[in-house]
Amino acid sequence: MNVKNNLDIEEIRNNFPIFKRKVNNKSLCYLDSGASSQQPNCVIDAVCNLHKNQYSNIHRGVHVLSMESTNLYESAREKVKNFINASSLKEIIFTRGATESINLVAQSQVREMLKEGDEVLISHMEHHSNIVPWQIVCDQTKAKLKVIPINDNGELEFEQFNSLINEKTKMVAITHISNALGTINPIKKIIEAAHNNGSLVLIDGAQGAPHSIVDVKELNVDFYVFSGHKLYGPTGIGVLFGKKYLLEKMSPYQGGGDMILSVRFEGTEYNDLPYKFEAGTPNISGAVGLGKAIDFINEIGLAKIIEHEDNLLEYSIQELEKIDEVKIIGNAHKKAALVSFIIDGIHPHDIGQFFDQDGIAIRAGHHCAQPVMERYGIPATARASFGMYNKFSDVDRLINSIKNVIRIFK
Amino acid sequence: MSDLRELYQQVILDHNKSPRNYGKIENPDGFAHGNNPLCGDSIDIYLKINDSIITDVKFEGAGCAICTSSASMMTEALIGKSKKDAESLFDLFHKVLTEDEITELSKLGKLAVLTGVKDYPVRVKCATLAWHTFHAALKRNNKEVTTE
Repeated sequence: MNVKNNLDIEEIRNNFPIFKRKVNNKSLCYLDSGASSQQPNCVIDAVCNLHKNQYSNIHRGVHVLSMESTNLYESAREKVKNFINASSLKEIIFTRGATESINLVAQSQVREMLKEGDEVLISHMEHHSNIVPWQIVCDQTKAKLKVIPINDNGELEFEQFNSLINEKTKMVAITHISNALGTINPIKKIIEAAHNNGSLVLIDGAQGAPHSIVDVKELNVDFYVFSGHKLYGPTGIGVLFGKKYLLEKMSPYQGGGDMILSVRFEGTEYNDLPYKFEAGTPNISGAVGLGKAIDFINEIGLAKIIEHEDNLLEYSIQELEKIDEVKIIGNAHKKAALVSFIIDGIHPHDIGQFFDQDGIAIRAGHHCAQPVMERYGIPATARASFGMYNKFSDVDRLINSIKNVIRIFK
Repeated sequence: MSDLRELYQQVILDHNKSPRNYGKIENPDGFAHGNNPLCGDSIDIYLKINDSIITDVKFEGAGCAICTSSASMMTEALIGKSKKDAESLFDLFHKVLTEDEITELSKLGKLAVLTGVKDYPVRVKCATLAWHTFHAALKRNNKEVTTE
């Protein structure tokens, strides 16, 4: 299949050393970027170079290495700020990942807001990381967790949202793009409606940041979270964007070094933003790697990457629909970068095992979204998810392997 | 690594497609629910025991082909066995699948086809889930077992 786009995929792939290796004697067909994306040479080199030439602890040393490391770490923050169009560096908190960012907001912001009987509103399509932190904070405060249902296509039932939200709703936490279904949620509309109701909004952007253009100012979102390792960066680094006026009022999440101005046994004065929320020595190399990943994305152009992924998605849906035994789970009108499916009579783990034999990496399981699986009455799905480096021939290989596994199980 | 088709032999595919002894037993003498939280395999085992002899075994649940066929083959292997012999078989099956040295393979009979799973370590739990659940049911330990 030839689809016109401006990206030279072979050129892009040359930047990713992982594609040089074989898996089970086949060239690697990596369709698991939704779980974690591969890293380009420039990210690997940036991390390596830091450790080889500049590494030291940050924000404290008077020596050259410490200053250089500090500059690299802080310039990564600047890159993140520009990437999502935040107003201020104070609004960019480095965390371990989207999960930690959500837990931070749940504990430092929402826990103090909630009274018995208050409500937190999430949706039925959330990843466990945007469910469990809210369950914990609701348990702590005797607040209630409310869930917006989804329709058979895997879209939020917006009318239900309007009837569920009320004066008790203090927080609305919704995923930007569903990791299990691929649904792109109308977050701007949700944020507006929530704000009209006086509720705060957190958007889980773990899938959103790599596959859509995020402008936190335009969205007017209160909190937006994402992870580095799904954005072609390293693991163990993530971002919490929060509006400055909110972060300023919030209590620290963890205590320790770097988050203080002065410590006395009588009392401690906390540091300014963003350091108030970065206790302890942070993931310096992770931040540097994430900054480099953002440079790399910007060089190629996120809009072009998204267009390419949309083409891959459209092609894969078109080809999957030709196979009678295959059923796509999640047929939202607006979808991004991934397709979940089941094959009649074949468990996703068996599918994944046979794909692996063919050098194809997919995710098989509940995708940390068990309520979604329950909604569709299935134990698991197979999920192919795309990144900038995927080719149309990757989809062809996927389709061939599906036909093969169907033949074997017949 | 061996070819995957060596693991997914006809006998496994057949038991997956037409599982034996699938269903419930009313008023069982032993019951347990097992699940593998990592992959979502979930299984119920029902036992009928008469005079220390396992007279009937049934299972219900959703799992991959390895999990389902292992459960199906297990029920066939267990029916008619004394509790003591069934326990020995559980021990042997578990040992063969989890230890490096394969001994006493012949004693496993038909179940030996499942030893191919050893080439795929993450799938060993799929093959042993039914057996762990059976073991819990035998102990009349109505707790949920997990492979974690």
